[in-house]
Amino acid sequence: MPVSDLANPHRFLRFARWGVPLFALLAVALIALGLTLGFLAPPERDQGESVKIIFLHVPSAWLSMGIFAFMAIAALGTLVWRHPLADVAQKAAAPIGAAFCVVCLVSGALWGRPAWGTYWQWDGRLTSVLVLLLIYLGIIALWRAFEEPGLAARAVSVLTLAGSINLPIIKFSVDWWSTLHQPASVLRFGGPTIHPAFLTPLLVSALGFAFLFGALLMAAMRNEILRRRVRTLRILAASGAQ
Amino acid sequence: MRAMGIIIARDLRLGMRAGGALGAGLIFFLSVVMVSAFAIGPDLGLLSRVGPAILWIGALLASLLGLERIFAADHEDGSLDLLQLAPLPMEAVAAAKGIAHWLMTGLSLAVAVPVFGILLGVSGKALFAAALLLLVGTPAITFLGLIGAAVSVALPRAGMLVAILVLPFTIPVLIFGAAATESAIAGEVFGTPFKLLLATALFGFVIGPVAAAAAIRLARS
Repeated sequence: MPVSDLANPHRFLRFARWGVPLFALLAVALIALGLTLGFLAPPERDQGESVKIIFLHVPSAWLSMGIFAFMAIAALGTLVWRHPLADVAQKAAAPIGAAFCVVCLVSGALWGRPAWGTYWQWDGRLTSVLVLLLIYLGIIALWRAFEEPGLAARAVSVLTLAGSINLPIIKFSVDWWSTLHQPASVLRFGGPTIHPAFLTPLLVSALGFAFLFGALLMAAMRNEILRRRVRTLRILAASGAQ
Repeated sequence: MRAMGIIIARDLRLGMRAGGALGAGLIFFLSVVMVSAFAIGPDLGLLSRVGPAILWIGALLASLLGLERIFAADHEDGSLDLLQLAPLPMEAVAAAKGIAHWLMTGLSLAVAVPVFGILLGVSGKALFAAALLLLVGTPAITFLGLIGAAVSVALPRAGMLVAILVLPFTIPVLIFGAAATESAIAGEVFGTPFKLLLATALFGFVIGPVAAAAAIRLARS
């Protein structure tokens, strides 16, 4: 079955019926494997055991940016290709992205306390991620402000595309302002600088969190499609009753 | 060009007659200055050190205040429909309305800065620098704010929402503006922060009207 067939909400719902449990199962298995491997990894030279929060912190950081990029693509899908599921995906992804953003900020603060001696610093990376969270919250607020989903989708799409300029700022913030947060050590030219004992569990758990996002996204999209159906039925019922 | 001038003149006239936009922003700015002085305490030495920052925060908040009305009033009375039918591209309409809004709020804020700065005990050189830099920074805020105003044009009560939506986008303006003021006080007027502020303003000037026009067209298609 080609992926484009999922454009049809009915087919999507059929796919989600077994897609959600499948993705959830993969997520649980991969996260469990990644975290187990992570906890079996030796303690780090400078930071000891506290470094292990990386297996939660880094995947959620990646996802909080990746989900915004996903929303930006979905916004293009809404505006350019008028894809019927693009705005559903956009709306469903926003709260999940915001949640990963919160996890990233909180786990970073808890990690920062033993590693840097402070929960928070107005460092370039930290501040730009906080701005990302604010943009997420603004987008969610805008979704809720409109009554008509089509109108909301178009307004949010413009805002999402404008907000995506923050993504390169986050990515390169550690190179532009080398204040506190360490520079890029996985996705960089010249290959990762992390020891494989940490890199492997990190990538496994990141993959697990990506599947978790997939499962949550499909479940939320299914809810959104059903919610819109209920809305349409209500409008039909109300106009039929006149 | 002429059509844009007409839109600017019309918006200015409407703004003057309604009386709200011009005065309210300034009064709000004064209130922010006064409230921060109360919160920090009457220590003039401390106030003069944080003064430029308070001026920037006050100007930012006051610029956010009236953004919502840029397109909403025209949407309500239907003139936005007429503007859309006009041969003038929507981008130019948005730019003209942004300029008119800036003339009414941003310009008056920048002009008022030296007066309010004296209240905070900011030194003469810093006052001049802050006023000059606000003259560059407030258009950036207004034109980035156009996006928020356009996106929420169809909403009946968008005031708070527009401020929430626009605030994250104005953070670079605030960072570079405050940094440029710092370096201007230190003696380097046209240093790197000033160039970055200018770049942000130009960036806002390009992307603001384009995104706002797209949002308005989409809201009515």
